[in-house]
Amino acid sequence: MASQEIDDLTNALARLPGLGPRSARRAVLYLIKKRETALDPLVSAMEQVREKLVTCDNCGNVDTINPCGICTDVRRDTRAICVVEEVSDLWALDKSRLFLGRYHVLGGRLSALDGVRPEDLTISRLIERVDAGDIDEVVLAMNATLEGQTTAHYIAERLEKYPVRLTQLAHGLPMGGELDYLDEGTLAQALRARKPIA
Amino acid sequence: MRFLVTWVWIMPLNFLSLRHFRNHGDSQLHGLARFNVLTGDNGAGKTNILEAISLLAPGRGMRRASLSEMGAMQGPGGFAVSADLGDMKIGTGVTADMPERRKVRVNGAAASANSLAEWLSIIWLTPAMDRLFMESAGGRRQFVDRLVLAVDPLHARHASQYELAVRERNRLLADDIMPDPAWLDAVEARMAEYGALVAASRVAMIQQLNDVLDSETDKVFARPILALARGEQDMADNMLETWRNARPRDRQAKRTLDGPHRDDLIVTMRQKGQAAALCSTGEQKAMLIAIILAHSDLVASLKSNAPVLLLDEIAAHLDPVRRGVLYDRLSERAGQVWMTGTDRALFSGITSPRHFTVCGGAVHSDN
Repeated sequence: MASQEIDDLTNALARLPGLGPRSARRAVLYLIKKRETALDPLVSAMEQVREKLVTCDNCGNVDTINPCGICTDVRRDTRAICVVEEVSDLWALDKSRLFLGRYHVLGGRLSALDGVRPEDLTISRLIERVDAGDIDEVVLAMNATLEGQTTAHYIAERLEKYPVRLTQLAHGLPMGGELDYLDEGTLAQALRARKPIA
Repeated sequence: MRFLVTWVWIMPLNFLSLRHFRNHGDSQLHGLARFNVLTGDNGAGKTNILEAISLLAPGRGMRRASLSEMGAMQGPGGFAVSADLGDMKIGTGVTADMPERRKVRVNGAAASANSLAEWLSIIWLTPAMDRLFMESAGGRRQFVDRLVLAVDPLHARHASQYELAVRERNRLLADDIMPDPAWLDAVEARMAEYGALVAASRVAMIQQLNDVLDSETDKVFARPILALARGEQDMADNMLETWRNARPRDRQAKRTLDGPHRDDLIVTMRQKGQAAALCSTGEQKAMLIAIILAHSDLVASLKSNAPVLLLDEIAAHLDPVRRGVLYDRLSERAGQVWMTGTDRALFSGITSPRHFTVCGGAVHSDN
């Protein structure tokens, strides 16, 4: 029953990850109802992002400045790089503030079947960064999928001639996870990666 | 209802329901017993009931058919199979709007298909398996993998990850340009990781089955010796080295010629020392039965819950002596057993079976 413009907005929102037609309708109705406090700030924020959005030439992160806020943050350890597949992985890791170095976003993972080749990712740029020197550690924070682990192995091989410490995220029990609720694959991995109690 | 047979507890199905499944509109089987016999003409829907039961375990079921094929032709599009195991209720099926998405419920709550393995192990023997020793190695590998899966649910994940890695390598080798060696190294490392797990599980299963078969005293059935043959050539201890050296050859072939994906199950008849493929049809069938029964014993000893056995058209292929030995053996050691046949007289040697007549997709209890 809505106008074409409102329908277009609903359809655009419905295509966003995590939303669907029903959630999109609810969001549109909320925006219409709260025009000044919700719709206008949203439109303004989206315009700002659209105007300024750039991909960082150094690490592949997305930001409104280039180099990005993380690469220009002088409080960060410039000697450690954490390599991730996607920007979403960077955001997930960085919100914990546990890793204080810099990042490198590959833009995907190697997959011969999907036609994603090394040159489609930012692996050359990563090697340039390591080659430039002053890097002590590269953390390979790929997903625990076959493609993710293949990509980690590939990068490790390409970096093995450099005097850097290559590390990988541990796989196994999640914090607060109860053994009884874990799948056997996770349990097996945790058991394989068991370590002595300090 | 639980009862003890020799040394294991059996928690059998005591009720089964099929709705819009194959040629069954709404079939309900009440008061199930340890031995359940389904008789009826060809095409009546007996095997469909066994297939429905096979869906109560992880995997694609007895016929490996796609889910969309299983809905009744004249039905609303989806289907549902449910069963009671004591006071537990488990069920699976698809809805008309998502005919390829299998849903599973345990006690009314949504669950994963793999979680069904916690409740039931199901093993089957069908006439389609009669040519197992004659057909390609792929069928025998699948057979071994199904036997492994009954005791090691992780095997499915290891096998699928290994196959995915092999497909990645094959794609790289088939490229017009020379593949990046570091990329091949990375893919082969994943193949070695998962391939070693797959191979180890298969070898362990073969060894355990041979141990059970060795201890068998029965002299009536042909007894098999099992072994696992590795591809066209023996695999080197170091899989990585084998694949690295074979790259030029595999690039010419455009596929990976060595590895656990080329394993084969070699079966030899113990009494004659003869390859199973060269034995008579009856001897082959007897060896297949011996493997299934050994596997049933093995699963029961490892999981302390005897598997449900689905034996499709098994009685018609055996002479009266072997039929009698089979029934005695099942009675002594097996869990819940389901059998089908066209002639009820073939099952006269079974103690207290529950008889059902199947006709045109409808089921009637006879006792």
